[in-house]
Amino acid sequence: MLLFKTALQSLIGNGLKTWLTVFVLSLAIVMIIIMQGILHGWSRQAIDDAQRWELADGQYWCGGYDPWDPFSLDSATASIPEPLARQVEQGLLEPVLITQATVYPEGRMQGVMLRGIRPGQQLLEIPTAVLRGDSMGPVPVVVGAFMARQLKVKLNDEMILRWRDKNGAFEAVDIRIAGVFKTAVPSIDNGVLWIGLENLQAMTMRQGEANILVKSEAAEVIEVEGWTFKTVDKLMEATLLLVKTKSAGTSVFYVIFLLLAMLAIFDTQTLAIFRRQREIGTMVALGMTRGQVVKHFTIEGSLYALLAIVVGAVWGTPLIWYLSAVGISFPMEAAEFGVPMADVMYAAVTPGLVLGTVLFVFVVTAIVSYLPARKIATMNPTEAIRGKIL
Amino acid sequence: MKSIVEVQQLIKKFPVGNGFFTALNEVNLSFAEGEFAGLVGPSGSGKTTLLNIIGSLDVPSEGEVLVMGHPVGKLTAAQAALLRKQQLGFIFQSYNLLPVYTVYENVEFPLLLLDLPASERKQRVLETLEWVGLTDKVKSRPAALSGGECQRVAIARAMVKRPALVLADEPTANLDSENSHRILQTMLKLNEELKTSFVFATHDEKVISYLRRIIRLQDGKVVADELVNL
Ligand SMILES: Nc1ncnc2c1ncn2[C@@H]1O[C@H](COP(=O)(O)OP(=O)(O)OP(=O)(O)O)[C@@H](O)[C@H]1O
Ligand SMILES: [Mg+2]
Repeated sequence: MLLFKTALQSLIGNGLKTWLTVFVLSLAIVMIIIMQGILHGWSRQAIDDAQRWELADGQYWCGGYDPWDPFSLDSATASIPEPLARQVEQGLLEPVLITQATVYPEGRMQGVMLRGIRPGQQLLEIPTAVLRGDSMGPVPVVVGAFMARQLKVKLNDEMILRWRDKNGAFEAVDIRIAGVFKTAVPSIDNGVLWIGLENLQAMTMRQGEANILVKSEAAEVIEVEGWTFKTVDKLMEATLLLVKTKSAGTSVFYVIFLLLAMLAIFDTQTLAIFRRQREIGTMVALGMTRGQVVKHFTIEGSLYALLAIVVGAVWGTPLIWYLSAVGISFPMEAAEFGVPMADVMYAAVTPGLVLGTVLFVFVVTAIVSYLPARKIATMNPTEAIRGKIL
Repeated sequence: MKSIVEVQQLIKKFPVGNGFFTALNEVNLSFAEGEFAGLVGPSGSGKTTLLNIIGSLDVPSEGEVLVMGHPVGKLTAAQAALLRKQQLGFIFQSYNLLPVYTVYENVEFPLLLLDLPASERKQRVLETLEWVGLTDKVKSRPAALSGGECQRVAIARAMVKRPALVLADEPTANLDSENSHRILQTMLKLNEELKTSFVFATHDEKVISYLRRIIRLQDGKVVADELVNL
């Protein structure tokens, strides 16, 4: 109680400087919470988007299928084995067949990934219904908005598509852009052309075959030879890592705020305690024990953190609420950025995040107050009063 | 009379360069309870050094100093702190006020350490500030005070807890003669009424004129120790 009083008096006695420190500390706390919240929200959104557009409840991969190696595609297709085929029929699994191809929009040449999917599928949000088309005329395809811009094509544009079938023979056909969709998932947009599954199977002479089977929630996971099931967590691993590194790389601010917090604490506590040597020596000379001195300064430091938490709560709560309810928009296309990213990002701030950050700042402040105070309190008081440098 | 301080064969050396500087050389002194004594001597003669050791802020290099029976050279940090807290009042030559605290809080500090109840603290602080003539400055902080005002706060802080022994290092260096005399008279009154012992370090003639015993120091040695006949 005594030390609480002396510490509080000291805090008040520091006047404007106290409030400056408290504000900087509160800035750091709120900003760390916001940055972490946005990262968390971003990850959650990325998972959500990926599930709605690409992964649903996980995927079976055929043999050595490797999304990063286009040359593995041909060896990583197989006809769908019996137990899975039944689930496909019931609409519990959506097969996707993938092959490399080339398109020639207005005479230019561009390599693409051709992905076959059933037009009637309900599992993913890709607008596949338009892939039905009719047997006459060009084959309908749909592309993402980013891909459309890359190809410099718009709805209903036509162009030549060239591919090799199972036996390596080149073939060509006219295609028509039957739909353009906007998505936050770059891996189904950037470089990808969606086409009717049966069309692609016929074109490549791979009737009944697929590389990937997308699983709906209702489907049971079955062990099948030659196919491996990948959970959403597993499939999102790389993406989430990417989100993390991207956001770490772009949020220099995060580091700045952390440094700012450290500096504020360091200046008002660590440095100040050394600057306040004489004061500490005097306190000891007046009969304070070393333990009391150390406690006095630790309490004083913790009070800074406590005040910062209160001040941060006052101005930070509405801001954090706004960012989680209304969100912030980034004028960037997901595919351009290379990672899944929605137009509007929401901060996902959990009580755990707030508590963790607050506790972190609290503990750090207490420690950087405790250590130097302990060092000085052990000095001979006359030396401390003379201001002898440690 | 009861002895309050015993200085026995005290030697204090400070390391300088690769040798030592002897600030106090074989000092032997004894102070009785209720003493009103002063260490007088030129600058550098060892007055502050001796007061620091008697005040258990520093330790002897050789010899021993007993303060109320406690050997200061052998006390633990906690024991020394307790002794200072309960028995000693220190007036520093350089004031050493706590800059973040107000005048009131500075003077209250020793009472907080003694855990006195709030009402008693308040009464004592205001009373003490009154006799040093600072009642109009209670809320000021040291940075806003003149040298003489700081000195009076330092005096009030040392006196507020009515210690058994006051160690006063040049307490009047920055005071005008009116304040000097008033404060010295109050100290004398406390000395007579409460048997508070005073040991001054000074070369101020005003202080010297009040002393009952003058101990002359030169180059770390006691060269004279005489009682003043009133
Ligand atoms: N910590 C120290 N290290 C080295 N030398 C010291 C130390 N403290 C005091 N001295 C030396 O000891 C001698 C006595 O110092 P002291 O402060 O006791 O003098 P003083 O009589 O109080 O002088 P003044 O009247 O100027 O206050 C001085 O020569 C001083 O330089
Ligand atoms: Mg001196």
